[in-house]
Amino acid sequence: MLRREDVAHVARLARLTLSDEELDLFTDQLAQVLEHASDVAALDLEGVEATAHPFGLVNVVRADEPQPSLDRDEVLAMAPDVEDGRFAVPRILGEDQ
Amino acid sequence: MTLPDGWEMVVGLEVHTELKTRTKMFCGCRNEFGAPPNTHVCPVCLGLPGSLPVLNERAVELAMAIGLALHCTIAPSTFHRKNYFYPDMPKDFQISQYDRPINANGYLDLIDHSRVGIERAHLEEDTGKSTHLGGSGRLHGADRSLVDYNRSGVPLVEIVSAPDIRSSAQARAYASELRAILIATGASDGRMEEGSMRVDANVSVRRAGQPYGTRCEIKNLNSLRSLQRAIDYEAERQVALVESGEVVRQETRHWDEARGVTATMRVKEEADDYRYFREPDLVDLAPDASWVQRVRSGLGPLPAERRAALLARVGEVSEAQRDAVATVIDAGRDEVVRGAIDRGVDPALALARAANELESEGPAVSVDAFAETLLMEQRGELSATQSKAVLAALAQEGGDPHAIAAQRGFERLSSNSLGATLDEVIDQHPDEWRRYRDGDDKLAQFFVGLVMKATRGQADGKAVIAELAARRG
Ligand SMILES: [Zn+2]
Repeated sequence: MLRREDVAHVARLARLTLSDEELDLFTDQLAQVLEHASDVAALDLEGVEATAHPFGLVNVVRADEPQPSLDRDEVLAMAPDVEDGRFAVPRILGEDQ
Repeated sequence: MTLPDGWEMVVGLEVHTELKTRTKMFCGCRNEFGAPPNTHVCPVCLGLPGSLPVLNERAVELAMAIGLALHCTIAPSTFHRKNYFYPDMPKDFQISQYDRPINANGYLDLIDHSRVGIERAHLEEDTGKSTHLGGSGRLHGADRSLVDYNRSGVPLVEIVSAPDIRSSAQARAYASELRAILIATGASDGRMEEGSMRVDANVSVRRAGQPYGTRCEIKNLNSLRSLQRAIDYEAERQVALVESGEVVRQETRHWDEARGVTATMRVKEEADDYRYFREPDLVDLAPDASWVQRVRSGLGPLPAERRAALLARVGEVSEAQRDAVATVIDAGRDEVVRGAIDRGVDPALALARAANELESEGPAVSVDAFAETLLMEQRGELSATQSKAVLAALAQEGGDPHAIAAQRGFERLSSNSLGATLDEVIDQHPDEWRRYRDGDDKLAQFFVGLVMKATRGQADGKAVIAELAARRG
């Protein structure tokens, strides 16, 4: 059973601020999603091997050949803030390396 | 350094190494250190919506080469997303390997014959590089960080040792041997100062025979020396804590090289809840036997084997020569040394010259040219200074040592003209000569220096000292 604290925890990890009402709303909605997904558990999967991926492919690789990168001006034009050719972001507190 | 009686440290190392590929792990942007910021970026490594990763074949092969060199089992593996928020990770997740790494269960034998287990060596992508502004009195941007995504998506292999290490010296020996292997396999250039090889140390202490203590992870170890100092400091700190009745808190600590201490960086908390899940955009990696065999047959002899072959020729080595051996192995010059010894060059001379005089980005110096130069030096046809100059020229542009020596006018002075020069120098410095004659041996180097200057380096230092000694009687 999904608890309200679980939703609050996941929201914090996703950097989302939720009001009390939103927490109630999403706890209810997410619980329904999980319940729906748990229908799979009702299936008889005896003898069915676990699948890593829906496609039966492995080892999809590309050759180590350089391709053109993007134009820097074009890239930095998308950034909210730029300094010295780099993206400027708010400093993260508590990290100092 | 020794811990108080009855205590032992337990250390495991996590080594991240950037792979020497031409392109990044999941896109065709160049993997190049030192390019102008944000010039090697594309939708994939910037994490733009709708972009899809495609795995670099060369990165897989280098990871397998590392695994094989470390006696790991290469197994079918899976990629996972490791979720966390940090500006140097624009997708808000890092693609890594979690419960099914490409390499597992290996070991590394150290020079002192101890064995350290390798738990795993998995593939993952590097993050961008952030620079934190502020704290330096700079007004503008004091509360900001700047991010360069050139490094974002560069292929990495993370090599995790078992907690088998019991001293800081052993930790250093492990990192050093691993570095030699990374260089020898061509997987990495092993440059710790440039960050292409990064070492984190998990350190705990316990009383002998007791269960493991709480561990701390030490970051920011930019050299083998820092690694050793930081582990010693941290183990002593933990013993002191426990002995005074306190407990060690599980946390990440930062090594402060200048102050010689570790300090809390962050305490383990919910931010470490990475919610790993399979990367749905990548299929499994399952190298078949023939692919593994291809990689295995491409592996040359490993450093331990090459070192043994070199030492068999050189014989007993001093402490200083041990460093020279390590340099020669890392630089791949051991074959040149062995070849020179086989051609009659004195082993100590071959080792010293190969370690110190062949540094170059240019062509590798051939065994013949190297040996011939040192034989000329041994025969007294070149002074030590001249021999080094010839080697430098060979390392820069190659060529024939005799031609280089002739072109530079390197002809050994006859003992007559050496004697005449020395007499002149003695005449000009009567006080120094008197002190030398009366037993002040330190002044020998003073006269050697003056003779070298007068002959523009053509004199042989040993011959000058012999002449000096003869004149003292
Ligand atoms: Zn890219």
